[in-house]
Amino acid sequence: MNSDIGEDKVPLLQLLTPEGARVTGRGNSAYRKRIAGLKPEQLRGMYRDMVLTRRFDDEATSLQRQGELGLYAPSRGQEAAQVGNAYALAPQDFVFPSYREHGVLQVRGVDPVGRLEFYRGTDHGGWNPLEHNAQVYTVVIGSQALHAVGYAMGVQRDGLVGTGDPAKDTAVVTYFGDGATSQGDVSEGLVFAAVNQAPVVFYCQNNQWAISEPTTKQTRTPLYKRGEGFGIPSLRVDGNDVLACYAATQEALERARSGGGPTFIEAFTYRMGAHTTSDDPTRYRTTEQEEVWRKRDPIDRLRILLENENAIDDRFEAELRAEADALGERLRDHVRKLEPATKTQMFETVYATEHSIVSEDRAWFEAYEAGEPADAAYATAQTAVVPQTAAVQQGGTR
Amino acid sequence: MTATMERPMTDPATTQATETLTLAKAINEGLRAAMRDDDKVLLMGEDIGPLGGVFRVTDGLQAEFGEQRVVDTPLAESGILGTAVGMAMRGYRPVCEIQFDGFVFPAFDQITTQLAKVHNRTRGKVQMPVVVRIPYGGGIGAVEHHSESPEVLFTHTAGLRVATPATPQDAYTMIQEAIACPDPVVFLEPKGRYWSKGEVDRGAPVGSDTLNKARIARPGTDITLVAYGPTVATAMKSAEALAAEGRSAEVVDLRALSPVDTGTLVESVRKTGRCIVIHEAPVFYGVGAEIAARVTEECFYALEAPVLRVGGFHMQYPIAKLEHDYLPSVDRILDAVDRAFAH
Repeated sequence: MNSDIGEDKVPLLQLLTPEGARVTGRGNSAYRKRIAGLKPEQLRGMYRDMVLTRRFDDEATSLQRQGELGLYAPSRGQEAAQVGNAYALAPQDFVFPSYREHGVLQVRGVDPVGRLEFYRGTDHGGWNPLEHNAQVYTVVIGSQALHAVGYAMGVQRDGLVGTGDPAKDTAVVTYFGDGATSQGDVSEGLVFAAVNQAPVVFYCQNNQWAISEPTTKQTRTPLYKRGEGFGIPSLRVDGNDVLACYAATQEALERARSGGGPTFIEAFTYRMGAHTTSDDPTRYRTTEQEEVWRKRDPIDRLRILLENENAIDDRFEAELRAEADALGERLRDHVRKLEPATKTQMFETVYATEHSIVSEDRAWFEAYEAGEPADAAYATAQTAVVPQTAAVQQGGTR
Repeated sequence: MTATMERPMTDPATTQATETLTLAKAINEGLRAAMRDDDKVLLMGEDIGPLGGVFRVTDGLQAEFGEQRVVDTPLAESGILGTAVGMAMRGYRPVCEIQFDGFVFPAFDQITTQLAKVHNRTRGKVQMPVVVRIPYGGGIGAVEHHSESPEVLFTHTAGLRVATPATPQDAYTMIQEAIACPDPVVFLEPKGRYWSKGEVDRGAPVGSDTLNKARIARPGTDITLVAYGPTVATAMKSAEALAAEGRSAEVVDLRALSPVDTGTLVESVRKTGRCIVIHEAPVFYGVGAEIAARVTEECFYALEAPVLRVGGFHMQYPIAKLEHDYLPSVDRILDAVDRAFAH
């Protein structure tokens, strides 16, 4: 990068070179210790989740092109940043994603079909946050940073920080992009986290682009320095280096769980695809730049390491290919079948308790769908007594 | 509402006979009762700790419950509401104080795009039992941004409940019902009435459905005056003046603005045949428009006159020296009553 906020001008934690070699020599020994114990099967696990995340991207993009999804926001290029981060999480930790954290949710075990309900328009979420300790996608940029801090403040009040019990101590991670750092909510989140020393990790994936705007339109300082300004330990890692992302996140989570407060991590990476399937990157960036980053592909980088360390063989690769093919097949088959359970689903969770206006609206709609005369339908709505017709139970007439 | 809201007051110290409290003190006592009852309830806001809030509504609560439950927050309204959303996800029941009505807008995004939607977005798996307390309305001679009536911005947002007490008794009960409610409640406190006094029965049951049901503040037979929050007192004075003229006005205190208790309104207007809606907020696109439409649809053949509205003008809240020309007064209400009877 040629700007003063680019990677060449600021320290960048890297443990795996673009050529797939472990970084040796002086410095970073504390981080190298964190990855020294990673077993070959753990490295293969990271590789597998990165490959499956990319396959998920490719299938979702195809499904969108076929008209099966209204929109999709691909994570291509950011697999290491997300998978490396998520591998450091403990089961009790809670994550607050934006709408692009497909790799994090892959590691978190959220069903891939459910992950596309949001983009198909059959659900505003698609999974149970309390089952996976992962909030559903949040679209309003940066909002989730505050939710994560509040949740972390709740964890503090529950006495689940600094107990020394690894099964209890809990941390929270929130994910956002470079563009989100311009939002007030991210700054307010940093303020609340700092003054409360909340157990939260701010994980900024600087993928260089906020739709069409480069990072230079968002900031005059390297983004990791934002954290420092709030009194929060901060660092920048090579976001295409899964080992660096893992080690940095693990350090931050340990700090949070032990009562050391928040950390800001900038994972310096690149969004290889479009912002969403609706935009056209050729209008705002060059193929030369994309080519530079293609050579830093996070999946290739880890595969070379695994090959060099004899941690992978043809059989594993073949099985993984088959698993990815099966994932693609499952997505193609099941996503097309995703539909709302009923037409009245839209009335069901507007409130947790009965709200008479929603009940009225629902009664009117059900009567209308059942073909009752308008006056009768309205009278029915007012009394909120509605016969459940067969048509309504089956989802009405389409 | 849920069964969990029906909770008897068992503390013998609080089951004494009624006592006279200001509306502000009644909210204070309601908060105290809710915090004693459920240790997941916590207060968040600016200056609510040692100061007790700029209106002293949280006076003494930090001393009793500590800094972890009565939290002096950074001066950041979106931060207060956004962290409250996260707290609620963790199982807490945050009660957020916005210092003045005009300062809620930095938090408007979190309230409308997040707080109101998380329950729906998670298909009911995550509830948002958050209360947003906002002192609202005018008549206190304040400077700009300190006297606004933003209620319809919240009533128009599905997922939020909006309620406002008019009496100390309701203030005491309604704040507890708002806190017990599994849905987010925008709780509008009529700041011009904070120092008005009334009898409060602390033994009154919590669970009387004040977030859904209107209250007949004064029965009558000739005309229905619909009011809420700060205008209930003005409507009551108008009803007294009308009684001297030989007209019997029924005053309906809405209490809940979302939902709205259409049934009580319809019953009243079918009896009286006339209806006037009174609020401080601008009439244009206001609560009165919704009430008028509902009453007209339901009571068309019972109405002797169009439903009329008395409220604020379509303008930025006026300078303090002119606000009494802006606010609905007894005279303006009586003028509207005359117009209703002229039909």
